[in-house]
Amino acid sequence: MTTATDTMDHHDDHHDHKMTGIKRWLYTTNHKDIGTLYLWFSFIMLLTGGAMAMVIRAELFQPGLQIIEPDFFNQMTTVHGLIMVFGAIMPAFTGLANWMLPMMIGAPDMALPRLNNWSFWILPFAFGILLSSLFMEGGGPNFGWTFYAPLSTTYSNGSTAFFVFAVHIMGISSIMGAINIVVTIMNLRAPGMTYMKMPLFVWTFFITAYLLIAVMPVLAGTVTMVLTDTYFGTSFFNAAGGGDPVMFQHIFWFFGHPEVYIMILPAFGIVSTIIPTFARKKLFGYSSMVYATSSIAFLSFIVWAHHMFTTGMPLAGELFFMYCTMLIAVPTGVKVFNWVATMWKGSMTFETPMLFSIAFVILFTIGGFSGLMLAMTPVDFQYHDTYFVVAHFHYVLVTGSLFSIYAAAYYWLPKWTGNMYDEKLGKFHFWCSLISVNLLFFPMHFLGLAGMPRRIPDYALQFADFNKWVSIGGFAFGLSQLIFLVLVIKCIKGGKKASANPWDASEGLEWTVASPAPYHTFSTPPEIK
Amino acid sequence: MHKDQTTPLDDKVKKGVTKLVITVFAMFAFGFALVPLYDVFCDITGLNGKTATVASTKNADGIDTSRTIKVQFISRTAQGAAWQFAPQMNSIEVHPGEMKFIKFYAKNESGRSGVAQAVPSVSPGLAANYFQKIECFCFNQQPLQANEEAWLPLQFYVDPELPAHFTELTLSYTLYDITDSVETNQETE
Repeated sequence: MTTATDTMDHHDDHHDHKMTGIKRWLYTTNHKDIGTLYLWFSFIMLLTGGAMAMVIRAELFQPGLQIIEPDFFNQMTTVHGLIMVFGAIMPAFTGLANWMLPMMIGAPDMALPRLNNWSFWILPFAFGILLSSLFMEGGGPNFGWTFYAPLSTTYSNGSTAFFVFAVHIMGISSIMGAINIVVTIMNLRAPGMTYMKMPLFVWTFFITAYLLIAVMPVLAGTVTMVLTDTYFGTSFFNAAGGGDPVMFQHIFWFFGHPEVYIMILPAFGIVSTIIPTFARKKLFGYSSMVYATSSIAFLSFIVWAHHMFTTGMPLAGELFFMYCTMLIAVPTGVKVFNWVATMWKGSMTFETPMLFSIAFVILFTIGGFSGLMLAMTPVDFQYHDTYFVVAHFHYVLVTGSLFSIYAAAYYWLPKWTGNMYDEKLGKFHFWCSLISVNLLFFPMHFLGLAGMPRRIPDYALQFADFNKWVSIGGFAFGLSQLIFLVLVIKCIKGGKKASANPWDASEGLEWTVASPAPYHTFSTPPEIK
Repeated sequence: MHKDQTTPLDDKVKKGVTKLVITVFAMFAFGFALVPLYDVFCDITGLNGKTATVASTKNADGIDTSRTIKVQFISRTAQGAAWQFAPQMNSIEVHPGEMKFIKFYAKNESGRSGVAQAVPSVSPGLAANYFQKIECFCFNQQPLQANEEAWLPLQFYVDPELPAHFTELTLSYTLYDITDSVETNQETE
């Protein structure tokens, strides 16, 4: 097995011998190149999934059916969800991990550079397969990103095979990425960097990688069962053959709940890195952050059935899952407290990464509170499958995960490109996003409480006003993201030169190397005191 | 350093990767193991309202005439099953331990000979383990010729150990047309 060390030595022989053109990107085993590929890929996927959200909001602008057929609407909600979860958020985090982890722990590269190349390059094929099914006869997957049986088995439109293989490939990619992260962190830390000296960013990715290794195989198993039920006559989820469709939900959510923490734990790590920098204080309660992250990860395995309160669970089950779910609020509360305590009496400045991080703390907490409301079994019967749920998970995924990714991108863009981004444009992007995202998702709470069901292309007249506002917010939020594209391109092309440590960050090995980060960093590991 | 030489770091990485890959395969297997685990769990606790799929061999220890349980029957045909399917009566009152015999009417209206499978479910689910079937058409597949009709038998009693707060049970049957899957299975065999 070729590990980072001998690859590095090998590279050092002919140092500046980078391949040029497309081959550089196809054959690269450099963690920075692969990180860049992941980040660009996830941004393209964000725009693709975003375009689908625009279709959804255009249809929902007015009551009645105007623009698209209900079946196509279902395909849009399904593929929007899949693309955003597996194509935008998760690869963006993997990209950040690739770029930053080796630099943060003082390693020359990831432990398994070739595996790294492969885990990225199978991703475009997965999404190629998924997206191509939209253009086929019968259309793409229309059963919701949760692909509940029997919608995805008995009543599928024929896209199930494409969907299943796409998910298999995405899963293999994430698993390989996660294995790489774990062995890198375990073996390549600079001498003297004990586990409790690792930056919190590294900790959260470490725990997230374990979650991925534990649950992505279960997802692979679930889609395999759906595949054999649909095409090979098995009856895992088919009641006529002795199976049970409710079991699908149990197995799916056994994967699905840890999955939502896979999408938020790295965000915690990012925010815990940025807030101390701009508050000019050390992170408050480092070790409690580590333990809180670990306990959230543990609890994520025993709360899955809170997605299924309405399936007719016995009272004991409902109580168990309700209390366990509410318990998650404790470690999460610890985190929010620590972020606020870090800012307390700090000499704060409000550059764009900090703005996104503060918005994250406030808006993610709103999403957390609506999650607590959903955790209460009796009221969940009213909220289940309404827009309240849509509002909840968009608050945690968009103003949570996505905002943290933006914060990270602004924070490290000077390190990646060697140039400062346009601060004015960054702030413009932030304020446009902040206002439009709340116009987009906040009224959804009220729509849901008033009873508007999710995943339906039409709605009753009394929901018309709010939906119009939501759609306007949606279009504005979609357009605002193009500002970010312009900003990144501008920043790559030029701008004020960034120093090695442009934010005067007090911690972080990545700030000890030059900006832009040289192609090879830490060929000799730094000494950590 | 040559490529075929290994360092202690290589070995550590190799070991770590091996462990993690084993974990991945173990979790994949665990996903499938959840299927029998789920069945066993539901069997023990009776959580999902499934009744036994084989005839009960347990004899009731006498009839508890002090209690009366109302048993309701619901029947429906699954989407795509062109069969008529209905119970002989909508409900029946039984004493726990008392044997009852009722029939369900079924007629194949699909215009071709076919096979149906009825899947039972008891509500409230926690009472399912106390619903004892001596004989049930749901234990077997039911083949009927085109337009053939049949009275399908069900013999049951309610276990006297049924907790006191249950006064009403609903037995629901869903009839699935499984002609196609039966035929494909015969072809493959």
